[in-house]
Amino acid sequence: MTDWQPLWLSFRLAFITTVLLLVISIPLAYWLAYSRWRGKAVIEALISLPMVLPPTVLGFYLLIALSPSHLVFTFTGLVIASLFYSLPFMVNPLISGFKSLPPALRESSYTLGKSGWTTLIKVLLPNIRPSLLTGIVLSFAHTIGEFGVVLMIGGNIPGRTRLASLAIYDEMESMNYAAASTYALILFTFSFSILLIVHLVNHHFSRPDPLS
Amino acid sequence: MIQFQANKTLLTSSGRQEMEIAFEVEKGQLLTLYGPSGAGKTTILRILSGLTSISSGYIAVDGEVWYDPRKKINVPTQRRSIGFVFQDFGLFPHWSVYDNLRYALPKGEDPHLMHELIELMELGPLQHTRPIFLSGGQQQRVALARAIVRKPRLLLLDEPLSALDDDMRHRLQDYIERIRRHYDLTTVLVTHHLPEILRLADEVIWLDKGRIKLQGAPEKIFPGLANSPRAPRT
Repeated sequence: MTDWQPLWLSFRLAFITTVLLLVISIPLAYWLAYSRWRGKAVIEALISLPMVLPPTVLGFYLLIALSPSHLVFTFTGLVIASLFYSLPFMVNPLISGFKSLPPALRESSYTLGKSGWTTLIKVLLPNIRPSLLTGIVLSFAHTIGEFGVVLMIGGNIPGRTRLASLAIYDEMESMNYAAASTYALILFTFSFSILLIVHLVNHHFSRPDPLS
Repeated sequence: MIQFQANKTLLTSSGRQEMEIAFEVEKGQLLTLYGPSGAGKTTILRILSGLTSISSGYIAVDGEVWYDPRKKINVPTQRRSIGFVFQDFGLFPHWSVYDNLRYALPKGEDPHLMHELIELMELGPLQHTRPIFLSGGQQQRVALARAIVRKPRLLLLDEPLSALDDDMRHRLQDYIERIRRHYDLTTVLVTHHLPEILRLADEVIWLDKGRIKLQGAPEKIFPGLANSPRAPRT
């Protein structure tokens, strides 16, 4: 019988990580998109690092950083690790979205007396909906698919830090292929469906609304 | 009245260029900035609005100082009483015409002027339409109405009629003239179109490479065109 606990943990981690990433990434991406500070290239490179770095390298440094705070092998530790690991998947689409908007959109809002905050919430974010959706979905899906980092930080403790991706590995090790196949099929179907939805919705956004 | 003086290094396609400009515009007058691309026309509008910074200078509108580095005054764009019509209009694509105008209306302000502008600019039938479904001329009218909703002291127009055919251009020139006179707006218009200058401008500044080449009444600057039947003065 399938143990649903790892799947539940994976989805809970992905949900919390995505919500927190959204809150962190909107101001961060806004700043990176419009700042003229020369040093921002360093920040952009650091944010994108998890995309190319072996997860074990990130896991190693996070393990060292989190050890004194006793957050290693806890769910909170997993959330912190996931925030770093999935940050580029939220920030980069948002930066692209902001940069794709015509400058006159932001500037005309300023000339109408609106603050940077009002402009961001009322003008910019509604016009980068496809980028927001892409960021949310990629961050969620990427967090679900984490393996190396969560293994090092979480420790694969059943019921606490044993996520679906780790459960597949465990079941394979125990030669329990039926259970491994169930987990793998669920994750495969989920990931495929979510990416398909993103593409369909983004196609919809890119068409003018005939009802308006 | 606008008092404007600005020094800035411009980065143009032909390299660095020092801009040194000073002029004054009487209240309610329309000043046209004319000159080749890269002369600094749009930059002047952006400096007046606070969207582009300058290394030194002085800007005051109706006695209120907007920029004076000696007194450490640099009023941010949001607090300058301006209406800016961008070359590509800058309309908010996710809102209808009505919502674009409502956004521009300051909080607590009587919406009477907004409704008056919708009437004056003949936007009534279009007010629930999003900008993407409007023609260039219709978008220009919306952009103009939106710029005026907050009752600015200064109206800045950056080649707003450049992409239109002659018929539409004439009609919109009438709109600009009507609005300007109706609300006694001091206006700075950037244009390449000589008949437009002769029709609308009280004063012309001919810019070249960041300097004033000629300044004066349009008939004085373009004497050959003043009697042209294509350029009736209103």
